[in-house]
Amino acid sequence: MPASFDPVPLLPQLVLTVAALVLLVLGAVRERARAAGIVTPLAILALLVAAALAGVLDRTPQTLLGGHFRFDAMAAFLEVLVFSGVAASLLLGASYVEDERIDRFELPLLALFAALGMSLMVSAESLLGLYMALELQSLPLYVMAAFHRDQLRSTEAGLKYFVLGALASGMLLYGCSLIYGFTGTLSFAALGQSFGPESPAGVPTGAVVGLVFVIAGLAFKLAAVPFHMWTPDVYEGAPTSVTAFLAAAPKVAAVGLTLRLLMGPMADWAGQWQQVVALVALASMVLGALAGLVQTNIKRLMAYSGIANVGFALVGVAAGTREGVEAALVYTAIYLAMTLGAFGCILAMRRQGSYVERIDELAGLSTRQPLLALALAIFMFSLAGIPPLAGFFGKYFVFLAAVKAGLVWLAIVGVLASVVAAYYYLRIVKLAYFDPPAEPFDLPTAPGLRLVTALAAILVAGLVFLPGPLFDAAAGAAASLGPPAPTERVR
Amino acid sequence: MSDWPLLSLTTFLPLVGVAFILFIRGESAIVAQNARAVALWTALATFALSLMIWANFDPAQGGYQLVEQAAWLEPLGIRYHMGVDGISLWLVLLSTLLTVVVIVGSWFSVTERVKEYMITFLIMDTLMVGTFCALDIVLFYVFFEGILIPMYLIIGIWGGPRRIYSAFKFFLYTLAGSVLFLVAIVVMAREAGTTSIPELTRHDFPVAMQTWLWLALFASFAVKVPMWPFHTWLPDAHVEAPTGGSVLLAGVLLKLGGYGFLRFSLPMLPEASAYFAPMVFALSVVAIVYTSLVALAQTDMKKLIAYSSVAHMGIVTIGCFTANALGLTGALVQMLSHGLVSAALFMVVGVVYDRIHSREIAAYGGLAERMPIYATIFMLFMLASVGLPGTSGFVGEILVIVGIFGITPESPAIPAAGSWVALFAATGMILGAAYMLWLYRRVIFGALEKSTLVGIKDLRPNEMLAFAPLLLLVLLMGVYPSLFTDPMAASIDRVLAEIGAVGPGRLALQLP
Repeated sequence: MPASFDPVPLLPQLVLTVAALVLLVLGAVRERARAAGIVTPLAILALLVAAALAGVLDRTPQTLLGGHFRFDAMAAFLEVLVFSGVAASLLLGASYVEDERIDRFELPLLALFAALGMSLMVSAESLLGLYMALELQSLPLYVMAAFHRDQLRSTEAGLKYFVLGALASGMLLYGCSLIYGFTGTLSFAALGQSFGPESPAGVPTGAVVGLVFVIAGLAFKLAAVPFHMWTPDVYEGAPTSVTAFLAAAPKVAAVGLTLRLLMGPMADWAGQWQQVVALVALASMVLGALAGLVQTNIKRLMAYSGIANVGFALVGVAAGTREGVEAALVYTAIYLAMTLGAFGCILAMRRQGSYVERIDELAGLSTRQPLLALALAIFMFSLAGIPPLAGFFGKYFVFLAAVKAGLVWLAIVGVLASVVAAYYYLRIVKLAYFDPPAEPFDLPTAPGLRLVTALAAILVAGLVFLPGPLFDAAAGAAASLGPPAPTERVR
Repeated sequence: MSDWPLLSLTTFLPLVGVAFILFIRGESAIVAQNARAVALWTALATFALSLMIWANFDPAQGGYQLVEQAAWLEPLGIRYHMGVDGISLWLVLLSTLLTVVVIVGSWFSVTERVKEYMITFLIMDTLMVGTFCALDIVLFYVFFEGILIPMYLIIGIWGGPRRIYSAFKFFLYTLAGSVLFLVAIVVMAREAGTTSIPELTRHDFPVAMQTWLWLALFASFAVKVPMWPFHTWLPDAHVEAPTGGSVLLAGVLLKLGGYGFLRFSLPMLPEASAYFAPMVFALSVVAIVYTSLVALAQTDMKKLIAYSSVAHMGIVTIGCFTANALGLTGALVQMLSHGLVSAALFMVVGVVYDRIHSREIAAYGGLAERMPIYATIFMLFMLASVGLPGTSGFVGEILVIVGIFGITPESPAIPAAGSWVALFAATGMILGAAYMLWLYRRVIFGALEKSTLVGIKDLRPNEMLAFAPLLLLVLLMGVYPSLFTDPMAASIDRVLAEIGAVGPGRLALQLP
């Protein structure tokens, strides 16, 4: 370790690590029944402290930890999103895990470790850092998906997720080894400088093959088509609070990691991967829109909605420009708020003490619980991309970036897919507002759930009045990513 | 007063009313009564503010007035940019007036979920005014597309038996058209480097690109207008929507298409507009004749009026694409006139629907006996719809028809084609007279034979109050049209200058 090791940029990660270890001991020494009651709030507190630290620390770009991680404005932007997303999903799920009697203290701990992994994902600056961070994030997620261990559905989801996830990790690692074997370096910066299209060495073919494998592995983590198959089953089988968790922060981290890999120092390689990413984006948008039409379970529906949304975020990546990076960042930030809010509504679907998941259960929600119905409508219209809600601005920005990069066809397919997807979002609004009321859901909903859902609704509906800060922060983050990418690169 | 941000105040005042209504709590009857009152006062105040806009508007200037600018989405170069000209001024007034009319007209007839009803209509008010005032194309789109949300809820919650099908059809149909407009916006923003409407208008788009942009815009506006064959959502939406929803749908929402042609297609893409003008004329002529024939065959009153709307909007699209001062003025007057008359006709149907709960023409007959005031009001609006001289309907139609003949004074071959267009348009008007008069005869005249109609009551005071301003304006526009056309003149000249190189009156050069 160099003598001049500077721990300050790592403070958020250090806070999380220390908190996780302390809470582990605390949970182990306390009575089982009461451990979760104290560990969960403390974990949320630690995450909020980490988010605040990530927000205020000076972010002059620094490469640390043996050159494998880079801490800059991009990392800060995504860390704030990831930490607050994890904290929000813990808060959302608190009442669910209690009701379902899975309120063991390991759950918030696993979430902390996953958050740590995510924060490293968004800072990864080498293939090794990428792989380590990704695994640190993934392993806790597998366990969390299977957390309802007495329930067949949940264990099946966990196993499925683990097996397919391990396969994806294998592909990713194989890709990394190919790249390393053909170039002799792990660092993104060295890969970008020595082996770019303009460098004397050029891009070795073997490295391109490796890159495709890495992208495939990332597509799995993103739940992008054609590596999306696990998503609906895992979303449906995992405990709903865990599904909310899976759908929110890990997606942000995966998009962040994709941007680090593709649009960092290796941005010059865009010619090698742009077509692949554009096709993945296209397939995700179309499949997410079409497959969602026939779903009856709201968690499966959200899975397909998530697939489509990742497709939209990848449109920004496929643009291969700095504006595309900004757009993808803005899109994921908005996606985080919409998804957490939507899951807040789903977690409120409890009737006579047990949770329901069928979409029809929402019938007539607006007459019994008008505020919940209003929040649900806000999230659904926003997911459908209808202005003036936040989702529209995300979509506008990614399409703008795509068109500026010459990908007009991608934008056209994207908007048409969003019309198709609008049908299933509208169907939910229709159930809540137009249909005769079913039995009401249990009241009162937990305060944490209400807080997060209300906050998300305010953010999603209010962005139109003050969009500047989010877009500025995303611009700052994109600017710190690496060498300034020319605005119009590859057609 | 003139340095106040009048347009923003007018746009966002209804949201203040919404906030008040949200906080009304208590017994449902009291909540309903208070929600009605708050909504009425808010809508009236908004209308008063829009009258202030008119008072502060200088008719001599052709440019945008009362302009407001503020930072909004700076990183994307999008600003909060509002302003009115002689074209949007009237549409703003129409929107705020019709909101008041809807609230007064549905005072007693809407009894379910009154609070939500008033909230959605006030939100509509904000979005409609915002759409007409926006001078940034993205801001315009935000308001324009945002209207779908309240309208979807209005049709779906308070609509008739097939409300769900109609609400989905309305939403998805218009959304599908609009998203292509969105792609066009993105392409234009990239090409011109700005999203400000005045600057986009000044930008010369390459002719090859104009074709695609024009078609994308057309997809959106043709659905909104609606033009044949994109009109199929309209009869469904109108028939199932509650009276208030139909009034705003016919009165204001259809105008968004015509406004879009005047504000975007013609001045920004003049060459493509010239190229496609014959197609627009052809579709409009088909719309006028075909939908008039369809209207003749209808047994449902609302459907009949919905089809007549398609025919009347055909006159508007013809007027827009004549691209001369007469035609544009006629299109605009026709939009205003149709906004008042069709809104009133839907309320006319709503009045008897509230009493008998049937929209079938066959369920009525001989209403003149029991409802003399109603019969009189119905007659006046029916005649305005037919285009009787002395009513607003006549002014718009005659201007457009004269405009068609004026398409190309310098080329002798063209007036022949123009006269074909005029001939078909006039045929449509004759058919219009046929179906409206026939409708009137079947509903109002004859003997009162149906037992259900025996106890029917004439108009309530609130209904008369709702009809009064519409009736006054229809007659005023009929006998003193220059009150309305004078403030338009300078702005229309500006639009013609923007069409520019292609030149006023020369758009239709491509006609056979």
